[in-house]
Amino acid sequence: MNTKTTALEAQNEKNTLSPSDMMKRAFVRAGVLPWFLLIAVLIFTFATDNFLTEGNLFSVSRQSTYLILVAMAQMIVLLTAGLDLSVGVMFAMTSVISSMVMVNVWSGEGSGWGAIGLGCLAGLGCNLLIGGLNGIGIAYFRVPPFVMTLAMSSIVFGLALTITGGTPVYGMPDAFAETFGYGELFGFPIPVLVTLIAIVIVYIFVNRTKMGRYLYAIGGNIKAAELSGINTKLTLFWAYVISSFITGIAALMLTARLESGESNIGADYPLLSIAACTIGGISLFGGVGRLPSAVLGAIFIILVQNGMNLLRVNSYLQMVVIGILLILAIVADNYRQKLMLTLKD
Amino acid sequence: MSTTNYSPRTSNPADFGKSSSDEPILRLENVSKQYPGTLAVDNMNFDVKPGEVHILFGENGAGKSTLIQMVAGVHKPTSGKIFLKGQQVEINSVHHARDLGVSAVFQEFSLIPQLTVEENLFLGSEECNGPFLKKVELHRLAKETLDRLGFPLKPDDKVQNLSRAEHQMIEIAKAFRTKPNIMILDEPTASLTERETDQLFELVASLKKDGIGIIYITHRMKEIARIGDRVTILRDGKFIATVDMEEATEERLVELMTGRVVDQIFPEIKNQAAENLLEIDGLTLKGHVVNNSSINVRAGEVVGIAGLVGCGKSEIGRAAFGIEDILGGKITFCGETLYDSNSSDNNTQKKLSPRKMLDRGLYYVPSDRRVEGLVMNQSVRHNVSLPSLSLSKFTSKSFLRRKNEKSIVQDISERLELAPLDIDRKAESFSGGNQQKALIGKALVRDVKLFIFDEPTVGVDVGARVLIYRFIRDLCEAGAGVLLISSDLPEILHLTHRSYVMYRGQVRAHLQQGELDEQNVLSYFFEEESA
Repeated sequence: MNTKTTALEAQNEKNTLSPSDMMKRAFVRAGVLPWFLLIAVLIFTFATDNFLTEGNLFSVSRQSTYLILVAMAQMIVLLTAGLDLSVGVMFAMTSVISSMVMVNVWSGEGSGWGAIGLGCLAGLGCNLLIGGLNGIGIAYFRVPPFVMTLAMSSIVFGLALTITGGTPVYGMPDAFAETFGYGELFGFPIPVLVTLIAIVIVYIFVNRTKMGRYLYAIGGNIKAAELSGINTKLTLFWAYVISSFITGIAALMLTARLESGESNIGADYPLLSIAACTIGGISLFGGVGRLPSAVLGAIFIILVQNGMNLLRVNSYLQMVVIGILLILAIVADNYRQKLMLTLKD
Repeated sequence: MSTTNYSPRTSNPADFGKSSSDEPILRLENVSKQYPGTLAVDNMNFDVKPGEVHILFGENGAGKSTLIQMVAGVHKPTSGKIFLKGQQVEINSVHHARDLGVSAVFQEFSLIPQLTVEENLFLGSEECNGPFLKKVELHRLAKETLDRLGFPLKPDDKVQNLSRAEHQMIEIAKAFRTKPNIMILDEPTASLTERETDQLFELVASLKKDGIGIIYITHRMKEIARIGDRVTILRDGKFIATVDMEEATEERLVELMTGRVVDQIFPEIKNQAAENLLEIDGLTLKGHVVNNSSINVRAGEVVGIAGLVGCGKSEIGRAAFGIEDILGGKITFCGETLYDSNSSDNNTQKKLSPRKMLDRGLYYVPSDRRVEGLVMNQSVRHNVSLPSLSLSKFTSKSFLRRKNEKSIVQDISERLELAPLDIDRKAESFSGGNQQKALIGKALVRDVKLFIFDEPTVGVDVGARVLIYRFIRDLCEAGAGVLLISSDLPEILHLTHRSYVMYRGQVRAHLQQGELDEQNVLSYFFEEESA
């Protein structure tokens, strides 16, 4: 009811506003992301001939599944005013452990579903352990999230390299890659379906559950949350565990896609997931941000990477572009906050 | 002006004679300050003459702080003109203000705890030799400044190891470091002892002799009478009146400040004291901020705790809510012993926690709504329901019942006259008074037997204040117990049925309704020797 009236008021105001004011208002209301998306789509559509084709958009959606999942995981801890730099090594560890378990358990005959199941459980279990340790360190021993997850990255990466000696693990049951890497159901790639389901579940978790509300409250003002009787430590702990679970699922699907267990995958994900969230307007200071924005942020980044691939921009230069975009997003958002104050809605 | 036990002593060399009637050094013309959502200062006119103490008087949130912040260069006015010595000026920053001869001591300290007294004293205006600090010179200057003011501080002490009163002294010393034309003092005596206050007033007197204009903010009647030359009263950001000291009686000032007569502000609360709710026995807290103190609160009564800032009054309430570290003592709530340092029962050795106390029906409303009370960047709806999300009216199997939440919070907000009545607006976009209403709303959605209000009307306009008092009355008369912790003396005097007075972590007096008057309470505020 209230939103209706304010929308009406805004409509009335708009009728008397100059075009530049209208632009400003639209910018303040919608944030940075829609403009970034619009600009990217326009540039790539005109600069390449195959950007806006069904085939290409299909592959963008498939490529973006992993980052969407990690961005959601990252968002959960960002909401609590935390940070997870260990999402990258979670990929490495999950990949290595799940593949090694599969290879060692599988007899080499039959479909190997038992081995696949055990491997997935082992991979996910490892991830939960990493997330749990992060959570314990951050919530109960007050290690700053930045330090805790950075240190954890070093520990886990070192372990993953030690276990594999740095070489890829081959020999998983074919069914694993055929299903979770390349499989389709009702004409949709399975990773895309899994991601869609995950989006719905995380959306409900963040917006419709008590715990989701607590994440926002803790990130917004941890003292007020504590005085409201919330067990902030336990909630923080669970935030890191749940976040690691979501990352684990992405890691398993990527392992299936690559058909091998590798200790050097995922290194981009800390930066990319934080960039996706930030571009989507999720505050690094906690308590602010919406899930659809994080998802769109992830899609935007994959879109840009895809467009640059089509334009044959080399991968080193792509890193430069992503870094610049991240900084630009924050600068633009600060400007937006300032505008918001001057326009005073 | 009513005289208190605080009449100036004959030995006091301070000369607070009539001010000279020269041209004003500072003049504000139609100055306004607009913040998002609120007009903090509305068309203000104000001037200060050389050698006078001009007192700004008004409730918390009346705009006094905003006004002096504009003079001191912290904020720029949205409109209006500021004249210094007859010349119009635009003050760009605190630094600029200091260059123009305006020095300020704010209520909120701007000290860096990790640095020493000396380093803080000269922060931003260090004497240098090229890029290097003149360490010896600075040390000498620091000692000189502190000695001149008679403050017992060592330049090498780390600020974080000092008390609040000592922090206050450093702030004052900072302002006195240079010789300003205008000196702004914002409640400088709030945490000073009587002797320190005397010293400060002697300083003010010597400043007056030097022709410095002083803007002085205080809530204390006795200080107004003692050092003021003129008083300007503000209410809700507006200029109300400027009166000469001779015409300023206490009653007149209060009436001008609140726009009401005292009886209209404070409701009569029936005393229906029944069973004991909270009994605190021999409580001692970590760091001995509270020492061997005992209080009790019964259902159906309002009990006050008064005292200076840092006397431990707030900590008693916080300890009962489980957010202070207890060293010893016994806490009983509704007949159940929850903590007892002398018992061998393991259950009573466990730490209390907010969750535990909330579930038993004790609610603590913190004093600082920004820091501890509200999640400022979230909506009033989310804030009000936050402590109660475990209740079945808000969740079923940990899924939120958002329709219920909306209607319950809407209902509470209507009762609290939240303005604007939009529960989906972020807490930060409401005025102080309405934020306070939301903070109290958090307590009202639960079943609460005992409310602990810690400074419930800080930074709140009269309208909201009256409303909050009425709520306290309603809660009490509905059978709840109320513990009112307050630095606002009238609140203690007019609202409570009995009150404890604390001094340095100890309960010094327990005054029944008949004994509650300003002189009686104040006599327990300060050190015994000077009383």
